[in-house]
Amino acid sequence: MKEVVVISGKGGTGKTSITASFAYLGEKNIVVADCDVDAADMHLLLQPDFEKSEDFYSGVIANINQSVCEKHGNCIDVCRFNAIQIKDDQYEIEPLDCEGCGYCSRVCPTEAIIMEEQNVGEWYISKTKVGNSMVHARLGIAAENSGKLVAKVKNEAKRIAEDTNKDFIVVDGSPGIGCPVVSSLSGANFVVLVTEPSVSGLHDFKRVYQLVNKFNIKAGCIINKSDLNPQLSEEIEEFLKKENIVHISSLPYDETFTEAMTNGQTIVEYDENKLRVILTESWNKVKQITKTEENKK
Amino acid sequence: MKIAIASGKGGTGKTTLSTNLASYLAEKDKVVLIDLDVEEPNSGLFINGEMAYKEDKFKMIPEWEQDDCTLCGICQEVCNFHAVIQLSTQIMIFPELCHSCYACSELCPTSVLPMIPREMGKLKHYQNGNLSFVESRLNIGEEKAVPLISQTIEYVDEHFSDDIIKLYDAPPGTSCPVIEATKGVDFVILVTEPTPFGLHDLKIVVDTMKKLKKRYGIVINRFGIGNDDVLKYCHEEKIPILAKIPNNRRIAELYSCGELIYKKIPGVKQQLKDIEDYIMEIKNKGTG
Repeated sequence: MKEVVVISGKGGTGKTSITASFAYLGEKNIVVADCDVDAADMHLLLQPDFEKSEDFYSGVIANINQSVCEKHGNCIDVCRFNAIQIKDDQYEIEPLDCEGCGYCSRVCPTEAIIMEEQNVGEWYISKTKVGNSMVHARLGIAAENSGKLVAKVKNEAKRIAEDTNKDFIVVDGSPGIGCPVVSSLSGANFVVLVTEPSVSGLHDFKRVYQLVNKFNIKAGCIINKSDLNPQLSEEIEEFLKKENIVHISSLPYDETFTEAMTNGQTIVEYDENKLRVILTESWNKVKQITKTEENKK
Repeated sequence: MKIAIASGKGGTGKTTLSTNLASYLAEKDKVVLIDLDVEEPNSGLFINGEMAYKEDKFKMIPEWEQDDCTLCGICQEVCNFHAVIQLSTQIMIFPELCHSCYACSELCPTSVLPMIPREMGKLKHYQNGNLSFVESRLNIGEEKAVPLISQTIEYVDEHFSDDIIKLYDAPPGTSCPVIEATKGVDFVILVTEPTPFGLHDLKIVVDTMKKLKKRYGIVINRFGIGNDDVLKYCHEEKIPILAKIPNNRRIAELYSCGELIYKKIPGVKQQLKDIEDYIMEIKNKGTG
């Protein structure tokens, strides 16, 4: 079983549309994981059935039992996050500022502070419209995305893939380079970096590639909207060569991406022409690369 | 006056709006633009200026001093983030997991875990006429954006007076970094695009802003693609639409080269003026 993770650094490069196309093409042979839990969109294209759902608890948050609190103030003294305030002569926790370190509860002489488990979202196991299993999630409003929900989604996808003998897990990662991305990268066999030829696309691509490099994962790249700025496209291609990143494909600037999305479809379903051909070839290439990597070992 | 520019979905045009609006407003008055997307800061690619100040930013982490350690295990027990682990003969620290709460350090009976600074990123401050630009970038491999975001906001609070307009370019998404970037502002501009992804993520970020009790308005970017669902949603929810920036390949091309669009694309300047008028009305009325 191989784990392919699609990330982009910058948002809006077409990452989710491309991942969903891979999921569509891979059909029942793959398990899909949407690890962009704080703005999960892939379900809009793959229409999963939300067959099984479960609450996700992660971390703790301080809660003051007012009847026991004697207002010694130790909690306020030790809190580095200014999460405890005195309002109307009562000590109160501001949940959005509390980091859940529990230091306050440890120094309270009357044990008035209880650390409570936090529900940070929900995760689901579904069947998509093409029949693949999909694991996805929804982070609660204003909840902390520590990467734990991402890890949960990925591990469940892995378990399903192993139990049902699938060849691939295809993971849609989140933008940026922080905890959720680190969490989606861990354990990956191959990373597909989706970028675009814009100064910001290239800048973010290079930063996220440095992160991929730290993990020592083999990487390939899809250049989306490649004709938007041919000169920068060339610059990206040179960078790929220099860094030994596989240039999987280049896609043109094409509003079909949006049209397919508006129709609730993946690009390979909606488009019958060039994009479908390129994306099918791209997916075949990804499959082939991950297989050759296996033979090398 | 503090204004955050945020969006649930990435790539909807936050940076385009932030940089163009900041430059447009700076034609008349002092403005500070702050790039809080510390994981992938992009605003600086569109703004020129002389560097006025540069500073390494640190977060505090414990460092183990072996000598007086009795391996009592308290540090490991009090760390809720598994950043301090006790092995048979030593204490291991995982700096990426540390939240700088000081519990292990201050609760250690023999004081062998002093807190020391660890570099997590860099802050830079540029100046170009009326426009001040502050950006912070997180070091690669550093997982937590929030401490750097909060230190950047502190820097801005200390160096600029309250009456100057400050535009904060927020990170994408709806989780902790976005909350940190928006929780102290007077108004939030949510940038979206009229597509199913745009609408879906807009709804989440609107719910987040409601929870934070923020005032907000919407700018629709790439107006003309997709469908009318975002318009309908804003209408039903009575959310003000401050501007509609048209879908235009030329805008995408200018953006790709790192150029500002408002001087070159007809109509964009008017959209920025509409946003300015809206902001000024709030500013003059007070923020209450």
